[in-house]
Amino acid sequence: MAETVEAKAPRRIQLPVLDSFLWLIRLAAIFAVVWGAYFSLSSGRLSGAQWKDLVIFGLSQGSVYALIALGYTMVYGVLRFINFAHGEVFMSGAMVAFFVARGLSRTAMWTDQVFLSLFLVMLASAATSTVIAVALERIAYRPLRGKPRLIPFITAIGASFFLQYAIAGLFGFGFKSFPQVPALSGSFFFAGFRVLKTQSVVIVAAVLMMIGLYLFVERTRTGKAMRAVAEDQEIARLMGINVDRTISIVFAVGGAMAGAAGFLYLLVFQQVFFLTGFIPGIKAFTAAVVGGIGNIPGAMIGGLLLGGIESIGPSLVLTGLGIPSAHQLKDVVAFLALVMILIFKPSGVLGERVAEDRA
Amino acid sequence: MSSSETSPILELREVTTHYGPIQVLKEVNVEIRAGEIVCLLGGNASGKTTTLKTILGYVEPTEGQVLLDGEAINGIATDDRVNKGISMVPENRRLFKRMTVMENLQLGAYLRRDKDEIGQDMERVFDLFPRVKERLSQRAGTLSGGEQQMVAVGRALMARPKVLLMDEPSMGLAPVLVAQNFEIIEQINEQGTAVFVVEQNANMALSIADRGYVLQTGRIVLADTAQGLLNNPQMRQAYLGEI
Repeated sequence: MAETVEAKAPRRIQLPVLDSFLWLIRLAAIFAVVWGAYFSLSSGRLSGAQWKDLVIFGLSQGSVYALIALGYTMVYGVLRFINFAHGEVFMSGAMVAFFVARGLSRTAMWTDQVFLSLFLVMLASAATSTVIAVALERIAYRPLRGKPRLIPFITAIGASFFLQYAIAGLFGFGFKSFPQVPALSGSFFFAGFRVLKTQSVVIVAAVLMMIGLYLFVERTRTGKAMRAVAEDQEIARLMGINVDRTISIVFAVGGAMAGAAGFLYLLVFQQVFFLTGFIPGIKAFTAAVVGGIGNIPGAMIGGLLLGGIESIGPSLVLTGLGIPSAHQLKDVVAFLALVMILIFKPSGVLGERVAEDRA
Repeated sequence: MSSSETSPILELREVTTHYGPIQVLKEVNVEIRAGEIVCLLGGNASGKTTTLKTILGYVEPTEGQVLLDGEAINGIATDDRVNKGISMVPENRRLFKRMTVMENLQLGAYLRRDKDEIGQDMERVFDLFPRVKERLSQRAGTLSGGEQQMVAVGRALMARPKVLLMDEPSMGLAPVLVAQNFEIIEQINEQGTAVFVVEQNANMALSIADRGYVLQTGRIVLADTAQGLLNNPQMRQAYLGEI
């Protein structure tokens, strides 16, 4: 999909002073990271096993971010538009997953047919998010296509609030706790890493979905149509591609990924309430930008990177710098790291600046 | 205008097109019959590209009709018009640069389900452009301008159109390539596809065309056989570079 970061390069004033200042910041950041990591590791406060636990936790929450990030990046790819309500699409899926799971947990199926029932929960979650994402595009965004960018953007923020409070109104404001899955309690060892069973489900499911998505976009006729629309809508139409329908499919696929992520989020974090979409939504959006917005593998890498930094970063860097209760600052660390990545590579990890010429 | 034994494949009948309040085409009449190469000549801002956009439905005429095989196609979406047998090589080629040459060709056949015949048409494109076959797995954006032109023509042919529109095929190409390009247009035409060429390079276009139209500020001011236009003194002065 589009790897283009809108190539309207702003006129940059080349001040040597500013440049050297930026380099100073970069060097300071590198120094702080190395310094902090050195002391954290040499102090030996965390054992090797604990570090490994952090890695696995980072990987599992990173998978969730990655799945959500795909929706942001795919929609941006075809419309150059940030769907700010995408976090709520994710939350709605998680909310429905909770209700379906609660219903199923009262039946014998929950223990007898664990994987079938989990699969049903995920299906319900993905279906909900798909329907909401497609409806959102049809009702709120399509009529505004071609209007100045700020207008659909504000609409997306409005849609985000609408979904939050519609869910709150329907299901209440409180936290909902996902029922225990007896078959997934406990952990096992894999290549020296201790992996919770829930984490393994999350990571495996996410990886399978990402592979599936990649093959869909690269190999299928519809996937090619999506890439064609991302690159040049007018010419895509000239190929006989129905652009409106293709954009709907993009929202549907992004929604399905977010819905599945909603279910997986519940396996990791156990709880959902009407504002659950906000923070993961912002983080996934950031992950998409860090990976290079518009780029599908970039969103996957960005998500995993963010999950990893958030999990490992505080203990690795802050503890060594003598900052107490480092883990509470995980968001600070994560976002600082992201800012640093963007300072070093403004187009994101996999983003390439492709000139928007048509010659 | 020459007599019409066959009814036209594509026809513009009294077409008037506006961009907002600005009139761009005024009562334009154009016919393209089976087996013909027809060219539309005119300078900058004469309405050439708008004519193509009106045929393809990117803009709708405010008056008049666009007919394909005698059937009015006004109001039909662009992708459906393509399905009915119109295809175009756009100005500046406009390949999907991030996709491979193969994918570009496959997208040309996007609406078709007849796998075997798609394969045959692919071979036909390779016969016309052996170079394209060597570049299949390369990203289209990495090709030279001449090669991109070949892929753009190939992509349009993959739709197996009844009528092929070409928007400024000589634009931005070296003179040698322009000549080759026009030879290819003749070959495509000999294989049975009607071609409608929009060009500023009047000499080149008229050398291969059967008939031509001259567009000036949105009106057809001349319509004749290619030979007739080449001999027309008015034409020679305004478009063929003779004073």
